[in-house]
Amino acid sequence: MKLLLENAHIEGIRYYEIYRKHGGYRAAEKALKMAPDEIVEEVKKSGLRGRGGAGFPAGMKWSFLAKPEGVPRHLVCNADESEPGTFKDRYLMEFLPHLLIEGLLISSFALGSNLTFIYIRGEYAWIVDVLEQAIAEAKTNGWLGKNIQGTGFDCEIHVQRGAGAYICGEETALLESLEGKRGNPRIKPPFPAVQGLWLRPTVVNNVETLAAVVPIMNIGGEAYSKIGVGRSTGTKLISACGNINKPGVYEIEMNLSVEEFIYSDEYCSGIPKGKKLKACIPGGSSVPIVPANLLFKTAKGETRYMNYESLSDGGFATGTMMGSGGFIVLDEDQCVVRHTMTLARFYNHESCGQCSPCREGTGWMYKILKNIEYGKGKMSDIDLLWDIQGKIEGNTICPLGDAAAWPVAAAIRHFRDEFEWHVTHPEEAQTRNYGLAHYAEPLSTVTV
Amino acid sequence: MKFSEEKLKKVNEIIARYPDGKQKSALIPILHIAQEENNGWLDVTTMDHVAIMLNILPIEVYEVATFYSMFNLKPVGKHVFEVCRTGPCMLNGSDDIIQYIKDKLGINEGETTSDGLFTLKPAECLGACGYAPMMQLGKHYREHLTKEKVDLIIDECRRNAAKNN
Repeated sequence: MKLLLENAHIEGIRYYEIYRKHGGYRAAEKALKMAPDEIVEEVKKSGLRGRGGAGFPAGMKWSFLAKPEGVPRHLVCNADESEPGTFKDRYLMEFLPHLLIEGLLISSFALGSNLTFIYIRGEYAWIVDVLEQAIAEAKTNGWLGKNIQGTGFDCEIHVQRGAGAYICGEETALLESLEGKRGNPRIKPPFPAVQGLWLRPTVVNNVETLAAVVPIMNIGGEAYSKIGVGRSTGTKLISACGNINKPGVYEIEMNLSVEEFIYSDEYCSGIPKGKKLKACIPGGSSVPIVPANLLFKTAKGETRYMNYESLSDGGFATGTMMGSGGFIVLDEDQCVVRHTMTLARFYNHESCGQCSPCREGTGWMYKILKNIEYGKGKMSDIDLLWDIQGKIEGNTICPLGDAAAWPVAAAIRHFRDEFEWHVTHPEEAQTRNYGLAHYAEPLSTVTV
Repeated sequence: MKFSEEKLKKVNEIIARYPDGKQKSALIPILHIAQEENNGWLDVTTMDHVAIMLNILPIEVYEVATFYSMFNLKPVGKHVFEVCRTGPCMLNGSDDIIQYIKDKLGINEGETTSDGLFTLKPAECLGACGYAPMMQLGKHYREHLTKEKVDLIIDECRRNAAKNN
């Protein structure tokens, strides 16, 4: 079942007339006749969880919004999609801009935001044009601006570009950036719901989360909560990439098995050239990498599904996380050390520098990984890496520290022999002649 | 440093979005415009000019300009190749593409060709992982890169430069 991308293939759906013709703004019509709190209740009932990565229940986040008399409140849409492996929001904004605008209108009305921002990563420069055109069309047709559809509710939406900083996807760093400052995360509490943009009560939600409000209004919160499984309600966008035949953005129901997602023709269509699966990072680069033998089945031998609970079954020892839905597949010829090195470089580059464990630790991890990858590492370096990642995790203001530590920890946990191989085979490592053929065999042992 | 009439209009439009006293919020959008107006980079004169426009201290502009990787603090070539090299792009051969560009243009990462046409700027994940390897060129992405495609892009840039001279 598709709730978000159902109409994505329709020619011209990016434009108002065609979007409207295919049922667009019907959810807004319905919502504008409801009381704002009723909309919040519907979203709560739907069980919708934040689609940016943390998976926090959206309705609950909304209900935390402080409403002091006479203080304006704001809704900010987090479109700073920067987690390696993740490109779903880009797809949604580029092809269905009105779906997001409709979701923003409904959510702004529910939360009482008369001034709403879409904070988009600076590199998505052409998508700003797509969104601004949709906003202009919505305004011409009375869905934005003053006295929307005669309700007396006013709302303006502006698109603001970032300038190349992953950290601004963290909600308080995003707010700092929106205020014209460096993207240094704030210490919480106070949470944005109490003191957010310009210290006013603010809700920050991901693009996909806010777009999902449209189908929730259309079919009702209760019906939405029945799609999927358990606490993983509704549909989820997965951006699949790496070594697969059909990379792209897929909308799935969360009772789909991971195996089907990788091998079915409807989704990734398997691995190119008939190669074997080596490992997968199913939720964006920050979540733990899992070897093939723990991907399709949990440690208990149960089928693993594409949802929050199943992917994290077994904790970090044998499981991983749903994260943002950035699904990265590595085939048998890929080197986990090199892949982890590029991620460590990424986090080092993106650390804002505020907390020393992250600022220094990400640099150390990158340097050590570089040494190992290029055949200059020592056996003790592997333990040193393990030690450093453990000292970053949990010791920083924002989750970037954890996000940098987890991929390194998981790579060592599951692929320690590959790190050791680099140390004992420096010449082969230097020429990137990995000789990893033995990984084509099923991984039989997992050290926990 | 002077903004064109059209860009100045855009700047004032952006400043008007924010409530009274919150005009500093316009800083990053205006720095983008300033960079476009100043051949792709920000010098101190330009940043000082932006500070005056927003009625903030120059240091408030510098600290932001130095934080965000899209702002260039030294001159760049006419065409900046920002080639992604993070995980998913690496899995699909970005190392080879970067090496090919280096060899073909005779420059290293962060350098500009002597004719001032090309800069190679290594980038971290640009959100095009399913269409890897890729690079950003100006406002748009060039995806599914191959060596042949890189050749075509370089030719295209050279032709455009010749046309504009």
